[in-house]
Amino acid sequence: MRLLTHNMLSSNIKGVINGFPLKIEAAKVVEKQVDMNSDFLNNIFSKIEWKPFVDAAKTLGFSELPEDVDQSLLVSQEFLTKFHHALLEIHLEEGALVCPETGRKFPVNKGIPNMLLHEDEV
Amino acid sequence: MAARPELLAPPEIFYDQSEARKYTSSSRIIDIQAKLSERALELLALPDDGVPRLLLDIGCGSGLSGETLSESGHQWIGLDISEAMLDVAVEREVDGDLLHADMGQGLGFRPGVIDGAISISAVQWLCNADKSSHEPRLRLKAFFGSLYRSLARGARAVLQLYPQNIAQRELIFNYAMRAGFGGGVVVDYPHSTKSRKEYLVLNCGPPSLSAAVPNAKGEDGMSCSDDEENHTVTVSDRNRPRKKRKLDKTNGGKDWVIQKKEQMRRKGAAVPADTKYTARKRKSRF
Repeated sequence: MRLLTHNMLSSNIKGVINGFPLKIEAAKVVEKQVDMNSDFLNNIFSKIEWKPFVDAAKTLGFSELPEDVDQSLLVSQEFLTKFHHALLEIHLEEGALVCPETGRKFPVNKGIPNMLLHEDEV
Repeated sequence: MAARPELLAPPEIFYDQSEARKYTSSSRIIDIQAKLSERALELLALPDDGVPRLLLDIGCGSGLSGETLSESGHQWIGLDISEAMLDVAVEREVDGDLLHADMGQGLGFRPGVIDGAISISAVQWLCNADKSSHEPRLRLKAFFGSLYRSLARGARAVLQLYPQNIAQRELIFNYAMRAGFGGGVVVDYPHSTKSRKEYLVLNCGPPSLSAAVPNAKGEDGMSCSDDEENHTVTVSDRNRPRKKRKLDKTNGGKDWVIQKKEQMRRKGAAVPADTKYTARKRKSRF
């Protein structure tokens, strides 16, 4: 699972009001090279919640992202490279996602988070 | 034709390892899936500016449909309930991210972040209650409600589905409308039994000119494609002649019964002896 997906995911357990962001417990992180597409980065930038994104990247061992950002940074090639790397190239392979309200763990195996809910959580 | 898979077992059990294997080994299935997802992507009508979008693939299975999305350069997130299918997807090294989730429990995404959603042959599964806790109506409501929330304004969702009957199509469509979607059903090749495909094209947001439901293919009797010309169903083909029952005059009669009894004796079965009562007609007063 990439941080792009992590930034979109929220816990949808019944009764949870703010299920975002899910905390990451990383056991294994891998990196895979992907071609950069600045159009996509420009498009997705406005949808990314930056603070959780930076925190998640730090948890996975990438701390070069700036804390404060705005639209003007998108012209900088250096920033785009870092943004791209954190967003699409770092994969959480094994570990867990933790619901911020209930503390329920969603295990991540082979890069696939198991988001299935128990019957009493629907 | 085989029975509908929905009636055989719940999806997480039906799509086991052997079924999942078919999605990598059968070129026919791969071809159909690719065609369906290409058409779904076409119906999604994303702006033609070459900018990759973030798409959702609901019921992504082994990632065949996602491959079409990747080929067009889009980023995607796929979710599926079958672990075996997801394992195949991992094996195939698909480009999108995978989630093991149940669409009937609602999609756990932040509001307004997804630029479009496709789903190939998945949504009709929601109409089945496979567990005691399943209530199809609630599951449809949760699915469409959460899909509407997670889609950006003006985004589309194209769901290809195989409804079992008219009532089921109505049910699915009604819940989509109730969730706030606009749109309609596009039926490709409505006159063909084989290549008829239904797509639920849903728009998120206010109705507009661009949100009009696109035209179906092959509606005016157009042939499905060049190589499939021979498969189009003509009217005379549609009413297949009933199989005529074999008229075998040798059935019945004393000789026939004795011959059959002899046959069974040769096989070693216990057969009553032939007497004057054998194969005699009953009296009418009996």
